Amino acid sequence: MKTAQVIMATGANAAALAVKSARVDVIPGYPITPQTSIMEAVAGMVESGDLHARFIPVEGEHSVLAAAVAASAAGARVFTATSANGLLYMHEVLHMASGGRLPVVLCNVNRGIFAPWTLWADHQDSFAQRDTGWIQYHCSSNQEVFNTILQAFRVAEQINIPIMVNFDGFSISHCLMPLTIPAQEDIDRFLPPHQPEWRLDPAHPSSFSNVTMAAEYAPFRQMLSDDIMAAVPLVKQAAQEYRDCTGMWDGDTIETYRLEDAEVVALAVNSMAAELKLSVDILRGQGIKAGLLRPRLYIPFPADDIIQALPKNAQVMVLDRNYNFGHPGGILAAELKSILFGRRNDVTVKNRVMGIGGIDLTRRFMAAEIRAMIDEQNGVL
Amino acid sequence: MATSIKKLPDIEQVLSGNGACGGCPATMALRMVGKALGPNAIMLLTPACSVASMGMTPKLGYNWPCINITFASAGSSASGITNAVEIMKEKGRFEGELPTVFSWAGDGGTYDIGFQALSAAAERNENIIHFCYNNEAYSNTGVQRSGATPRGTFTTTTPTGKRQPKKNMALLMLEHNIPYVATATVAYPADLYDKVVKAKSIKGMKYIEILAPCYLGWQFDMADTVQLSRMAVRSGAWLLWEADNGRITFNNPTAQFISGKKNPEAVDEYLMKQGRFSRLLQGPDAKERIAEIQGDVDREIAFMRERAKIFI
Ligand SMILES: Cc1ncc(C[n+]2csc(CCOP(=O)(O)OP(=O)(O)O)c2C)c(N)n1
Ligand code: SF4
Ligand SMILES: [Mg+2]
Repeated sequence: MKTAQVIMATGANAAALAVKSARVDVIPGYPITPQTSIMEAVAGMVESGDLHARFIPVEGEHSVLAAAVAASAAGARVFTATSANGLLYMHEVLHMASGGRLPVVLCNVNRGIFAPWTLWADHQDSFAQRDTGWIQYHCSSNQEVFNTILQAFRVAEQINIPIMVNFDGFSISHCLMPLTIPAQEDIDRFLPPHQPEWRLDPAHPSSFSNVTMAAEYAPFRQMLSDDIMAAVPLVKQAAQEYRDCTGMWDGDTIETYRLEDAEVVALAVNSMAAELKLSVDILRGQGIKAGLLRPRLYIPFPADDIIQALPKNAQVMVLDRNYNFGHPGGILAAELKSILFGRRNDVTVKNRVMGIGGIDLTRRFMAAEIRAMIDEQNGVL
Repeated sequence: MATSIKKLPDIEQVLSGNGACGGCPATMALRMVGKALGPNAIMLLTPACSVASMGMTPKLGYNWPCINITFASAGSSASGITNAVEIMKEKGRFEGELPTVFSWAGDGGTYDIGFQALSAAAERNENIIHFCYNNEAYSNTGVQRSGATPRGTFTTTTPTGKRQPKKNMALLMLEHNIPYVATATVAYPADLYDKVVKAKSIKGMKYIEILAPCYLGWQFDMADTVQLSRMAVRSGAWLLWEADNGRITFNNPTAQFISGKKNPEAVDEYLMKQGRFSRLLQGPDAKERIAEIQGDVDREIAFMRERAKIFI
């Protein structure tokens, strides 16, 4: 391991620096708060020559992802970023990327969605893309954003599935934290140049994403579903090898904190899960045996790892920063319940929705919420 | 002076055995385009007849790498590919001569849903050729109106005839200040061939629109595709022109109408050949409605004559 550099960087800057470290070829972009700073930083690096790549300033997010998938089909390593309505505007092309098996990496800086307008974080935007066939990471710190983008390229290119790296607007994207940037040599060892098995090549005329009959379409869809499930070991391997190359670790499919002997388990994603570690400490100080389980991977949902990690008779308190419309709570709780059913009947699940539209989630507030949930009679699975 | 049709290269990029209708103008046009571009190209297709025609996975009737893309994104998708191959070449990961990157889109994928992305690609002067084969309707979905459908036309979504004139898409593209714009049609294959050869040699954004009389949507005998194409030009309903860096020149026979050497044929006979105007031609107000269409054609000729004089 060579000497790493430590700087102060916002989450947005961390993402841009990861793009540089990954030696990305093509970055189509379009501004939307709070993602804009990533694109500005990337455009600046391309302009100055710090990053040898093409920045394509297209006219909207549908075009952002259209340019991205096409560049990927031509064999380039491609990155882009967006938030909220930009992500929703991409929806059609999100499906093309996964169905086309194109390993684009996209940062979604989480923001609540219109209407009415809000600029601040919740997780409705990324969770609403659950069924688009993308792998999704959710990150809790600036450093994790940097590390995860590099891991995402590696995994995406191994299995030809696009990956979305999510993190919260403002609390991560716009807050300065120390950032360790490993030596380029170490990163290059971890992430070799992109060499796709297939690309659009005039020497080998072939059609791509053309009309299929059900006999071809159905197996394509089955393969995508199987391969997304098969990403779990690759995600773990990427996290481990990244640690070998750089010494850094954010968890693999999940991250846990004071979980081994916990009776009450908080479960949440993104920046609120970092704050929740402090809530866990508060609760422990009050005599409650609390712990944290943070899914780092949302898709594929790391069922086996969660089931294995949850202590016997755990009371899980799911804190959702999104709504599962048509159901009383949030989406994470529904995902958790569906994997526990029939496998862990000892575990109970309670759920609250909070932090919508960027409402501040402090350690004290969340500790108090968890206390209240312990006393609550309703909502037990 | 156009290349003689007898001297066109033997190369065939449209292979035998594809799914197009007999007499399909889009496929005829693509054949000429293939002769001009040769095999070193990457083709993008928006959903349209040409996708239905190309053959189903894993078969392919076009001899290029062909990527099917979303309907709205010809401009941006082609930008992605051209930037990708150029940067990979710069970084030493692309061997050989850079391919021509071209989109093959219908009027729906150009005038309507694809307009925004195409306009933006033109404004960025991306190094691509956008072809619009214009059959003046959404043929693939069963002939609905588009922004290219002329006034008076019956489609399944204009059951009493479209009330609005079409827009002048090629002129709109010219107003993006791009290096090359051209119009063409299948009755003048050598003219089309020359325009594609020229476009291939120019760096930056090129737009070529090809009028494609479609027997299904226009309702004529499928053997008459070329005749309808010729009648469109001879009546002035379709103008042949090209613009190098904004300087417009007209090609024959359009040039003769513009200079006043010859008058275009009245539009009636051209309309009468097509079932899509038949109800209009039989209605009680037939005279006025034909006069309206003639008025649209005359206005377009007069306008383009004047517009061509502006060159700064
Ligand atoms: C986003 C989206 N909307 C609608 C369609 C359905 N659709 C497929 S082809 C087509 C019409 C194509 O018209 P045009 O571009 O003129 O090509 P043509 O069929 O006439 O060759 C439509 C509406 C689609 N594929 N995608
Ligand atoms: S409907 Fe018209 S454009 Fe479409 S394949 Fe048939 S002839 Fe060609
Ligand atoms: Mg059409």
